[in-house]
Amino acid sequence: MNDRAVVVPGKTEVRVQPEDFDVGSEIARLRADNPRVGAVATFIGVCRDLNDGSQVAEMTLEHYPGMTERALEKIAVEARGRWDLIDILIVHRIGPMHPTDQIVLVAVTSSHRGEAFAACEFLMDYLKTRAPFWKKESTGEGARWVDARASDDAAAGRWS
Amino acid sequence: MDPIPTDCPPPGLEPMLNLLYFARLREVLGRETERIELPADVSTVAGLAAWLRTRGDAWERELAPGKTWRAAVNQDMAQPDTPVRDGDEVAFFPPVTGG
Repeated sequence: MNDRAVVVPGKTEVRVQPEDFDVGSEIARLRADNPRVGAVATFIGVCRDLNDGSQVAEMTLEHYPGMTERALEKIAVEARGRWDLIDILIVHRIGPMHPTDQIVLVAVTSSHRGEAFAACEFLMDYLKTRAPFWKKESTGEGARWVDARASDDAAAGRWS
Repeated sequence: MDPIPTDCPPPGLEPMLNLLYFARLREVLGRETERIELPADVSTVAGLAAWLRTRGDAWERELAPGKTWRAAVNQDMAQPDTPVRDGDEVAFFPPVTGG
């Protein structure tokens, strides 16, 4: 019997916040002991100390209040249109970051792993190219705005 | 004569736009936000960018057609031909770098 018919969509939660997040408690809350959840896929983006050949001491994340949440919700809606998913969670931090700080969490639940893995990667690829955040780095040579990468556009283009 | 559009502002109230600038563009252009009258011959994002370029200096340099800037209208990502209308919020910014 095809169990695609019994995938009941769960919740979509999108948060933009300066505070750090705890992945364990976010996942526990997300899947909420729903016995239909067979797969949980997670991605965490972390601040590194090296970018474009320079040591990064600190980074600041700017965003477009209002549009940021709206853009992330649209990306989540798009993911639901492509795959049978149960829950979607996106938490993106803003403000000052230092190397080893967590920046973003994407978590997806579904019946099976194929959808969860694919949707998680899709959500990140679209977030990298469509969500209005901008990073400014402080390096030994001074402060600079991070340039968008052609590889991010290419990654998003894969899903067309 | 064309029929008057139903979303035309009442007589006496000029069509306005709220403009926002983010990240490096905000720093280079030297402002975060402004409210302007919708210029008479501007009806798209590209038209608005061309009108802003007439300010010269950094406006002319940064919003040139070959430069990598992006725009949003009413908090939705826009294209050069996206319409711009009275009451719209239009934001200009560099390509995004979140995640």
